[in-house]
Amino acid sequence: MELFRSHVLICGGTGCTSSGSISIEDAFKEELAKHNIANEVKLVRTGCFGLCEAGPIVIVYPEGAFYSRIEAKDVQRITEEHLLKGRIVTDLLFKEAVVEDQVRSINEVDFYKKQQRVALRLCGVINPEDITEYIAFDGYKALGKVLTEMSREDVIEAIKKSGLRGRGGGGFPTGLKWEFTYRAQGDQKYVACNADEGDPGAFMDRSVLEGDPHSVIEAMAIAGYAVGANQGYVYVRAEYPIAVNRLQIAIEQAKEYGLLGKNIFGTGFDFDLEIRLGAGAFVCGEETALLNSIEGKRGMPRPRPPFPAIKGLWEKPTLLNNVETYANIPQIILNGAEWFAGIGTEKSKGTKVFALGGKINNTGLLEIPMGTTLREVIFEIGGGIPGGKAFKAVQTGGPSGGCITADYLDTPIDYDNLIALGSMMGSGGMIVMDEDNCMVDIARFFLDFTVDESCGKCPPCRIGTKRMLEILDKITEGKGELEDIDKLERLAENIKASSLCGLGQTAPNPVLSTLKYFRDEYEAHVVEKRCPAGVCQELLTYHITDACKGCTLCTKACPVNAISGERKELHTINTETCIKCGACVDKCPFKAIIRK
Amino acid sequence: MKSLEELAKIREEALKKVDLRSEREGTRIVVGMATCGISAGARPILMTMVEEVKKRNLQQVTVSQTGCIGVCRLEPIVEVYRPGEEKVTYVEMNPEKAKRVIAEHIVNGKVVDEFTIGAAK
Repeated sequence: MELFRSHVLICGGTGCTSSGSISIEDAFKEELAKHNIANEVKLVRTGCFGLCEAGPIVIVYPEGAFYSRIEAKDVQRITEEHLLKGRIVTDLLFKEAVVEDQVRSINEVDFYKKQQRVALRLCGVINPEDITEYIAFDGYKALGKVLTEMSREDVIEAIKKSGLRGRGGGGFPTGLKWEFTYRAQGDQKYVACNADEGDPGAFMDRSVLEGDPHSVIEAMAIAGYAVGANQGYVYVRAEYPIAVNRLQIAIEQAKEYGLLGKNIFGTGFDFDLEIRLGAGAFVCGEETALLNSIEGKRGMPRPRPPFPAIKGLWEKPTLLNNVETYANIPQIILNGAEWFAGIGTEKSKGTKVFALGGKINNTGLLEIPMGTTLREVIFEIGGGIPGGKAFKAVQTGGPSGGCITADYLDTPIDYDNLIALGSMMGSGGMIVMDEDNCMVDIARFFLDFTVDESCGKCPPCRIGTKRMLEILDKITEGKGELEDIDKLERLAENIKASSLCGLGQTAPNPVLSTLKYFRDEYEAHVVEKRCPAGVCQELLTYHITDACKGCTLCTKACPVNAISGERKELHTINTETCIKCGACVDKCPFKAIIRK
Repeated sequence: MKSLEELAKIREEALKKVDLRSEREGTRIVVGMATCGISAGARPILMTMVEEVKKRNLQQVTVSQTGCIGVCRLEPIVEVYRPGEEKVTYVEMNPEKAKRVIAEHIVNGKVVDEFTIGAAK
């Protein structure tokens, strides 16, 4: 076997790939060859390390040096200094990983300190395109244990006892779902995986598939054994090319090793897995629409009941779980249900992966034990709000969720607490907003999204959300009336109550929750025709203050000649002609132009 | 996959490929790899150390490099850090000496006095 004295791990997640990690890998290949150490130093392309903000990320072992924001031009120095001479290039390390010139372990860094990785256990640790690396970290051991030592009832009992709940957003107890499918009558059953992650700003499932695809494959085989299915489908959106590719490679390798296919572990259990690509419609994340789409039909929901556990794919009992839910399964089998149930809160066990985005310093992927507070996630792990701005709210649950304000930052995160606050866990998108965000505009953004994504099957969602969006447009344009706010609320309640599927039933949530916590902002738009955050274009006018020195830079920048004034004298803006493009604000060296 | 044993065997093999990436406490072997060390022949020593550790399947032992240790005339230099013990500095090393250090010091816990900096002239 080849011996390597050092491993260079390069993040190959979508985030780091788009910021150039492939060119970094190429540069390393070149440098290692140049210095003739390619047989001593191993290059490994992994999944997401989580700290996307600091990407592209390169970690060098055995030292565990955590290099951040690496460019191809830095590779020569890392190779010559670190790999050749053993001197860690401290100025390229992630800044928090260096204290008084001493390198700290990355687990000491604030971003990682409070995390606990179960679903993301191997993301950023293994090469996802090499099944033996997964096996080295106890991969497929859970499947082996289940097939050789446990009855189907034992497996279901273990999942029930672990307290695992669906990570796709609903939070339904996973063990119960397995039991229903197990008990359902049918000559043929199926196991399916929902990897149609559609919330804007969410990338948890993508990262699991990119970083550790075998954990999902193994879990689906375990599920197949437990419920009595020998065929599985992973429904993943074609918009995730890296994830699809790695999953495909993983499935092929698993077949090669006989971990998928016939007579697995010599126990007579057969299980096969196929990928089904989705076209990226949000509604296909809804379980019945997803099943329709797998069957090759138009991705539209069907009424429940019957639930998929009774009548799913091709009318056969089907177990459908989300990617992250599956990723927890092998760990529960290996470490025991009690171990898993020991993490988290009373009713929400285990950990949850979140994709943290918006106005936050450490944009990225994190996994925390349930019960961690929002404050810890945003201000400790997330590193707070950039530019010293004030925190305003955090949106959880994407377009189906709601916002949570500063008053509730100390709420421990779990399914029930978030629902009590008028939001929801959702699949794990977490978008942070600061004082510069207009909450009416945010609600409008999410509604615009759901109107686009509504499949059109049921009228409350098709017509109702459209009417809501029109009212919001009116309000943000300064044409709103007080009764519009009441109308919005009434519509929202009706749509929630009468829509066919989860998309429509939750679509009004962003509006309802912003109305609950930020009604004053709605009223400012309607009554005073003013946008307090200075976002809604129609309600803003541009003015020049006394700070103006008459430098004329703004007059040159203005595309519509709306600014006039003599050199070295106070300029003025003609608000009639001004198109509010903001070009003058960017140009003014004295910050003399304000929006109000 | 025919049996659990087969999986365990694959795992055993694969572990050697990835154990470098785990966080370790244990013993640290550090080879001086500044210009002075490299020109005095530190690289073959580093590789010998890595090979020996792998061959003997030593857990909790890290082999890494460092910069100039300061006594360039005594290069190649190897330092051994064991938890709860004083650092031991070996000087004027070669691959043969490296193998003895692994066998006697790392495995059996007995410092090879004749190679240490204290014994150097």
